[in-house]
Amino acid sequence: MASQEERRVHRTGELFGQFETMEQQRESASLGMWVFLSTEVLFFGGMFMTYTLNRSTYPDIFGEASRSINLTLGAVNTIVLIASSLTMAMSVWASQVGKKQLLTIFLILTLILGSVFLGIKGIEYHEKFVEHHVPGLNFNFEPGASVATNAHAQLFFSLYFAMTGLHALHMIVGAGLLIWLIKESLKGRFTPEYSTPVDLIGLYWHFVDIVWIFLFPLLYLIDRH
Amino acid sequence: MSSLPAAGNQLPREHYLNATYGLRSWLLTTDHKRIALLYLISVTFFFAIGGTFAGVIRIHLLTPNGYLVTPETYNKLFTMHGVAMIFFFLIPSIPAVLGNFLIPLMIGAKDLAFPKINLLSWYIYLVGGGFVLYSFATGGLDTGWTFYTPLSSVYSNSAVTPAVLGVFINGFSSILTGLNFIVTIHTMRAPGMTWFRLPLFVWAHYATSIIFILGTPVIAITLLLAGLERMLHLGFFNPALGGDPILFQHLFWFYSHPAVYIMILPAMGVISEIIPTFARKPIFGYTFIAGSSIAIAVIGFFVWAHHMFLTGESAYAALTFSLLSYLVAIPSAVKVFNWTSTLYKGSISYDTPMLYALGFIGLFLVGGLTGLFLACLGLDIHLHDTYFVIAHFHYIMVGGAVMGYVGGIHYWWPKITGRLYPEALARVAAVTLFVGFNLTFFPQFILGYLGMPRRYHSYPPEFQVFNVMSTAGASILAIGYLLPMIYLTWSMRYGKVAGRNPWPATGLEWQTDSPPLTENFDVTPEVTWEAYDFVNRPDLGLDVKSAPSLAPAHGDD
Amino acid sequence: MPLYPEQASNFAPSVDALMVYITAVCLFFAVAVTAAVIFFFFKYRRKTAGEIGVPIHGDMRLEVVWLVVPMLLALTMFAGGAVVYVDFRRPPMDTLDIYVIGKQWMWKSQQPTGLKEINELHVPVGRNVKLIMASEDVIHDFSVPDFRVKMDVVPGHYNTLWFRPTKPGKYHFFCSQYCGTNHAVMGGWVTVMEPADYEAWLSGSSSADASPVDAGQKLFAEKACNTCHLPDGKGRAPSLNGVYQGKVLLADGSTVTADDAYIRESILAPNAKVVAGYQPVMPTFQGQLTEEQILALTAYVKSLQSQPVPATGAGIAPAGKK
Repeated sequence: MASQEERRVHRTGELFGQFETMEQQRESASLGMWVFLSTEVLFFGGMFMTYTLNRSTYPDIFGEASRSINLTLGAVNTIVLIASSLTMAMSVWASQVGKKQLLTIFLILTLILGSVFLGIKGIEYHEKFVEHHVPGLNFNFEPGASVATNAHAQLFFSLYFAMTGLHALHMIVGAGLLIWLIKESLKGRFTPEYSTPVDLIGLYWHFVDIVWIFLFPLLYLIDRH
Repeated sequence: MSSLPAAGNQLPREHYLNATYGLRSWLLTTDHKRIALLYLISVTFFFAIGGTFAGVIRIHLLTPNGYLVTPETYNKLFTMHGVAMIFFFLIPSIPAVLGNFLIPLMIGAKDLAFPKINLLSWYIYLVGGGFVLYSFATGGLDTGWTFYTPLSSVYSNSAVTPAVLGVFINGFSSILTGLNFIVTIHTMRAPGMTWFRLPLFVWAHYATSIIFILGTPVIAITLLLAGLERMLHLGFFNPALGGDPILFQHLFWFYSHPAVYIMILPAMGVISEIIPTFARKPIFGYTFIAGSSIAIAVIGFFVWAHHMFLTGESAYAALTFSLLSYLVAIPSAVKVFNWTSTLYKGSISYDTPMLYALGFIGLFLVGGLTGLFLACLGLDIHLHDTYFVIAHFHYIMVGGAVMGYVGGIHYWWPKITGRLYPEALARVAAVTLFVGFNLTFFPQFILGYLGMPRRYHSYPPEFQVFNVMSTAGASILAIGYLLPMIYLTWSMRYGKVAGRNPWPATGLEWQTDSPPLTENFDVTPEVTWEAYDFVNRPDLGLDVKSAPSLAPAHGDD
Repeated sequence: MPLYPEQASNFAPSVDALMVYITAVCLFFAVAVTAAVIFFFFKYRRKTAGEIGVPIHGDMRLEVVWLVVPMLLALTMFAGGAVVYVDFRRPPMDTLDIYVIGKQWMWKSQQPTGLKEINELHVPVGRNVKLIMASEDVIHDFSVPDFRVKMDVVPGHYNTLWFRPTKPGKYHFFCSQYCGTNHAVMGGWVTVMEPADYEAWLSGSSSADASPVDAGQKLFAEKACNTCHLPDGKGRAPSLNGVYQGKVLLADGSTVTADDAYIRESILAPNAKVVAGYQPVMPTFQGQLTEEQILALTAYVKSLQSQPVPATGAGIAPAGKK
């Protein structure tokens, strides 16, 4: 790591020792986040592929199982998450124009909306638990139905929990990042010259939102008569 | 004739190794060079484990009814050999050791873009390795490194879950390393270091990093699903529950095929550095070598199902993947021709790194060409899952990647440690490795064509002669590995002091002290010369007039 | 010391020919490159300490040549292999069908007459033989090096493998997909006999097992398949007369060939491909039938190929109808 004399401290941002200029640092941070998000696309992509293939192999059971998850809660969550992306975008704007108070407010709003999303998700999961739709925990989709029906339904729910669970995990990480951002913004750390963390975490938050935008129709909407 | 200068210098007063002392300064370092050494120790450890398993396997296979170990133990040995070698040695080795050490130096930067993430990568590697070692110690793993379902997710009685968890975690180490390299190469090149002045080692790592970030997440999710299937009795890949074992294979190979390019591209990058230095001329066909690295990375993503020609996949799919597999061989051939042409009218010395590079060309040639046999659909029917495949991939991974790694370690040893290794002994070791390797693995091609299947703890007696040859070779190979471990360690204390640029070579890394300062350069360099230009570099102290200069710097690009 | 196995099937000569061709081409390049490397290595060795090499950066014409020529050669290798493989994946129509089941760690095979074997396979020389293979547990692979054939045996799928033995004798077969503890000893012998000897062996063996077709017919009634699949086509399900190897028109407008895999899928996942004009009411039998029972039912349905196809309510699109 660079020695003390090498670190030039800007008014609100620090130049890390390995970089020559703030410009280089900003560029690196941004490219880094985009590269990271591309790995996430491939990560979720593998599961999306598995789900899609299974859906086309067992359209009936998957359709039936899909209709048993709560569309209302899913729809509300979609609106909540899109709203949170709006507030996140507003916070990025606020930091770029130097409106520090608005920045903090929008960040807090984003966190609240994200938490609402997670809370509703919790309610959905609880519903599924009560109905014995959680694989590995007394799973029984249709008492009396054939082994195959239950097995295929379990396939749907395994993928449902894996996909929404992984998404929720990303949301929780996002919430943690937001808490840190709120703390830093309360200290007045972000200015028009230096708002990199806000930009990057904003990118991450939008990505997690986009994953949900794909999840929702795939899991909730297809074949929903 | 050797390149080495007269001895008698002193090590620099302050450098990255003595800048700070104490265990904490190493375990909490963010200096890419120290992290590279941390990786060096850890990958060598896993190499020793994987190598020991291989030794037991070869001894066991001396006799057809193999009485050395039980079938259960044998199956665990080849599985754990594969897992340790592939995930914890081959994939990290050159990128995490040489790449980490050299990329900032080669591009004129003070460190990678994200030094703390670099350290995190190493710790993630250790955690992953820890889980896998735990699996080895508590029952072992007997599914094959390929973890095919439903054997791995339902039927195996070994410690599958911790192993799968360990490999999953280790994947993030790769992803973060790839991310670091890509950002660093894009944004932190010194002034004047344009893309086409970059050393080919950097191009090779850029291509490798593309595979790191796009491929590794897929195996991560695949192993996650397989692990969940095993733990919770789910049915993604289990036909009894409506799942599809072939889906597992598609997802698995989607990463694991590009993974083999992760293993070879960096080694090719090493060779592209060594040959110009010891022939004292520019690489022949720079643009084509750089471009072929990218081509291999890209096309490599589209050939995975050549591992599945006999699963019952559609014949149309098989035809497509066979054609693409032939296509991916072409860029590698281009590289071999270009390396060979670089030797033409060179001024060649026989230093150890050059011996490794030439050994690489020979062995990679055999390994790569035998890939053409396997890509051939009609032949693969007969050769699939036989010792022919084992010989093919060992030629590339050991004859290619490991020789590239060991050659690279020798080539940059003076830069890393400030000292030279004993040259005569090193040449002996290089030749021993080459001979031992061929004796070990060439008979396996014949065994494969005769029909001996892979992963067999016992075999029909008619296969014994070639098995004995192979084991004999393995004992020579082992010596070839042990020797460097011994003399390289010895040289750290007693080796001749190397000086800045012992060979000499043209890269930026050779303009720093040996070993370099923690921050690499006192002053950010400004690059005004092309890569591998020996003519316009008076600072190298060579007799430029000995070779008539031809056309200006850009002959072909 | 033999370098290659016996040639005992129709595929062996072509596979060996491919091997010889590719070896020749690769040997040429390997020798050429190695010779060049060794030659340059000695001819251009350094003569004085400070000497440098001639700075040649490249040659576009050479690059094109050694890109195009290997590509063309690779295409010939691809083409040669493709021809053999496509032949291998398309069994002829007139095959002697033998059912094979792989399980940890043994092979069970059943001849058309019902005669069962364990870790053995008797076949007549000169006949096209098709193995229809299923697994009871994990993935296995049936391989016969002397025939140059192999094919994975995957649970949940049927895979077929065909060959024509050309030489009487005993040939080793192996399991060629790692399947657990005794993978290495899960093999056996293929005995190729003269046709007369084969017939004699078939009838001579005292085996009271019902043929797969008879067993399948019994199951067809036991499981009440015959209550919907009436032969005259007037039931809730299409008649199965003549369906095997015919073209079936599906509800979504596509057509599919009713091969072994189709029959199996229809039993285990009946709503995957619903026949045009019928409702998706057939229950699935997954989990209710063993692999052997599925094979028996398949054999029975195949045997209905020669039965008269009703004018309406047929599984296959009758001649003349679209």
